[in-house]
Amino acid sequence: MSKNIKIACKDIWKLYGSNPQDFFEKHQRNPSDEAIKSEQYIPAVRNANFDVYDGEILVIMGLSGSGKSTLVRCLSRLVEPTWGKVEFDGIDLLQASEKTLIEIRRHKMGMVFQNFALLPHRTVLQNIAFPLEVQGIDKSTREEKAREIIEIVGLQGRDNYYPRELSGGQQQRVGIGRSLAVEPDIWFLDEPFSALDPLIRKEMQNEFIRLQSILGKTIVFITHDFDEAIKLADRIAIMYEGVIVQLGTAEELISNPATQYVAEFTRDIPRAKLLSVQSIMEPISGEVSDQVHVYANDSIEKVARSVLAQESNVSVIDQTDQVIGMLKRERLLETIFENSSEE
Amino acid sequence: MRHNKALLVFAPFFLLIILKPWLPGWAKIPPKSCLGGCADIEGMIPFVDWVNAVINFLRKYEFFGAFTFRDITRSISGIIDSLLHFTEGLLHEGFADFNIGAIPWIALVGAAIIYGWYLRGWKLALLGGGCFFYLALFSKRGIWELSMQTLSAIAVSAPIAGLIGILVGILAAKRKSAERIIWPILNVLQSLPHFSYLIIVAIFFGVGSKAGVIATIIFAFPPMARLTLVGLQNIRSEVIEAGMMSGCSRMQMLFKVELPSARNELMLGVNQIIMQCLAMVVIASFIGQSGLGHDLLTRLQRLAIGQALEVGIAVVFIAIALDRFSQAIANKQPTHIPEGPFWKRRPYLTTFIGFVVAILVLSPALPFIAKFPEHLTISTSTFWDSIVDYITLHFYGPLASFRDAFLVYFLIPVRSAITGIPWIAIIALVACLGWKMGGWRLALIVCLFVFFIAASGYWVRAMITLYMVLVSLLICALLGIPLGIWASRRDWTTRVMQNICDTFQTFPSFIYLLPVVMLFQINDVSAIFAIIIYASIPIVRYTIFGLRNVPQEIIEAAVTSGCTQNQVLWKVRLPMAFPEIILGLNQTLMFGLFMVMIAGFIGTVDLSQEIFRALTFNDGGKGLVIGLCVSFIGLTADRLLVAWSDRQKQEYGLA
Repeated sequence: MSKNIKIACKDIWKLYGSNPQDFFEKHQRNPSDEAIKSEQYIPAVRNANFDVYDGEILVIMGLSGSGKSTLVRCLSRLVEPTWGKVEFDGIDLLQASEKTLIEIRRHKMGMVFQNFALLPHRTVLQNIAFPLEVQGIDKSTREEKAREIIEIVGLQGRDNYYPRELSGGQQQRVGIGRSLAVEPDIWFLDEPFSALDPLIRKEMQNEFIRLQSILGKTIVFITHDFDEAIKLADRIAIMYEGVIVQLGTAEELISNPATQYVAEFTRDIPRAKLLSVQSIMEPISGEVSDQVHVYANDSIEKVARSVLAQESNVSVIDQTDQVIGMLKRERLLETIFENSSEE
Repeated sequence: MRHNKALLVFAPFFLLIILKPWLPGWAKIPPKSCLGGCADIEGMIPFVDWVNAVINFLRKYEFFGAFTFRDITRSISGIIDSLLHFTEGLLHEGFADFNIGAIPWIALVGAAIIYGWYLRGWKLALLGGGCFFYLALFSKRGIWELSMQTLSAIAVSAPIAGLIGILVGILAAKRKSAERIIWPILNVLQSLPHFSYLIIVAIFFGVGSKAGVIATIIFAFPPMARLTLVGLQNIRSEVIEAGMMSGCSRMQMLFKVELPSARNELMLGVNQIIMQCLAMVVIASFIGQSGLGHDLLTRLQRLAIGQALEVGIAVVFIAIALDRFSQAIANKQPTHIPEGPFWKRRPYLTTFIGFVVAILVLSPALPFIAKFPEHLTISTSTFWDSIVDYITLHFYGPLASFRDAFLVYFLIPVRSAITGIPWIAIIALVACLGWKMGGWRLALIVCLFVFFIAASGYWVRAMITLYMVLVSLLICALLGIPLGIWASRRDWTTRVMQNICDTFQTFPSFIYLLPVVMLFQINDVSAIFAIIIYASIPIVRYTIFGLRNVPQEIIEAAVTSGCTQNQVLWKVRLPMAFPEIILGLNQTLMFGLFMVMIAGFIGTVDLSQEIFRALTFNDGGKGLVIGLCVSFIGLTADRLLVAWSDRQKQEYGLA
């Protein structure tokens, strides 16, 4: 994966209260929990530092009230951060004039909302063409473009329907279509599937994966559902009370949780599926079966059956078929049953 | 215990009443003093003189020495006049210069049918068509022409009021500071009795239909402004964000996102405006607006009850039809248009075009298309007159004795009790209640309201108004709450009652005077009965709403705990509905105040009589000050009752 930075966030703070700016300055731009509480400010985002890389899916994950929605709105300046810096393709968004901001939003950003946020008085076609319309693109061009997108999001034949005539899943397809109409560089999705039924949600997740495989956008995706995060994310940021407590791949979060909170979160996740052999292998000692090798990068779930069929430990090899360690049967079993052991 | 303590709020009030014999004179009735040599103003503070001074100043003030304020207002009324000329030309006079006739009656009937069908189906089509057909059929005494005059006035005032309302609403929504100024002004405007600004309108805009239109606009725009504000504030933040992320400029945001998203509230506002315009039909005729209202008024003044009823029914018909149509427009949700040729995509429009073409082709050959044949028209007034005669003949005795008993044994004692309360006791009462319900700020506001009334010099009349309203409120509550409880028990009774309320509420308030005058002639009793009929609507409505809106889960919990139907009602539904019932009482009181003012027309001796006097003498200051007195009675009660309801809701966790 190329590591070009698309969005760089530095020291983002968002406090709600009577006069957050002064309060923030008064406390040397780093107010303590006690100060925030005693002066009745609500800390939605506290000192967020992270980068979004070109072409990755970054999932920001947290429970309701953790500040994840506020954070993503700080990135597009729908919410004005109290402090911090957001660089988008090298442009300092927080210093940008209203005009520049409108230009950036018109051409480079797309956003999908939890409750779809469709305009009820417009048809599917008109909703999807809306971002093009406000740019002043003429009717036939924008409708042609919107029709292409209707095709992509799978709403053929529904062009002239109004939002209320569609199911929830279909409405969100319109929302997705609208956000894609301008072919944005960065795509924000704020809990896009949370308002849908579980079955539809799954269908839409798969649809999302299909779309991303065609489009390859840079994505910031908000969710409160850890399964969804694992399914979609390249990297996951976990937020708790306004703070990003850990940012890493799913595997890193599970195998090496930074705090008790992250550990609690990841506890019920089937490890075997996510952890690689590498994360539980040990240096070679004692007897090793030479009949079976497993690759270090494979998931535990994938190799479990063949390892357990063996009487002894098996050797682990890397891409070049070099033996780099061994996998103990007991350790494998421990990992697989780790979730259930406490119940 | 809690309740006993709560009653302490009333202690100062009763204490002062008990101490009344020992109180000095100035504490009983507000003293008359003269600040700055007032001649005939009887209050502590000469508000009336002040207002008249402002009016006179405005009348004479010259901008740049070239034109006066009144020139501006007069030129506005000139514009209105030409608009009226146009709509009247369309609807009944035709345009003689261009040799074009008015829209023929049959076209209006047909348009109403087709549009009603499109909006909601055959029932609405029948109502719309039936309404216009009625107007044409029963037009022996010129009801058709009068109706068209009324409609053309509405056609001018409603759109202008709507536009002003939307602009004011947008301003309030976009600027917090503007909202802080606009909101209280809307409150006062909406609680001012209509008559009080009629005088000012007449001073600045003259008299006649154009002045009527302007008074109607002033009266009708506040609800629209309010609903626009509410609509814009209620848009989900996500929708606004979606607009921002699409890169809308401010104007694009307003016109493409916000206003369309507030469509439901705006459409409700349109409905409200039309109803307010109709409510003004009769009242505006006091300053010379022609049409049904004027006719109704003159016939009522001559006590030609039958003829007045005939006109009244026409007004009611128009009111119901306009109300149902505007509601249907509001509820009409967009539906996708199927593919196909034009007539298939737009079947109703096609029908309408065909219909218009048919009329144009056929009208030279068939004269009845342009004008409803005169020999077929009917008048019902003799029929109504015979009913009135019958009632007078057979029921005069019992009705009169009921009326007299009601007057002697109930109304007069209550009246002397209320007018006997020392004014400082009432100040003490509202202060304590305000403090209890909403803290010192509320207490201060309501005290200022009451003090204004006391200082204006109309205290005794205001107390008479209060007595009429309180008596009616009491009777409304005794009738309306049980009726609401009964109606809320079953689905079909709820529906029937809501329909009755909807229909009654569309009647312009003057209509209510007709039956009571028919039964009780002209006096306090008929005024109170008119108020009761009119003001019972909200209490019934809110009681039903409150009882039906108790969450189903809570009812189920009560039923599974073994409650009988009656226990569910008394222990669960009624306590939970209590805050809504308070709001209902509040509305009833407001309706009551409005009706008291109108009832002044049939002779009561309260504030409304003073307003009518001011109207006759063209005394703008007096009219406005008395209007403010009435408005402040309403606002005092409104503030206290709404605060009470909010507190209750918070206690139940319903807010």
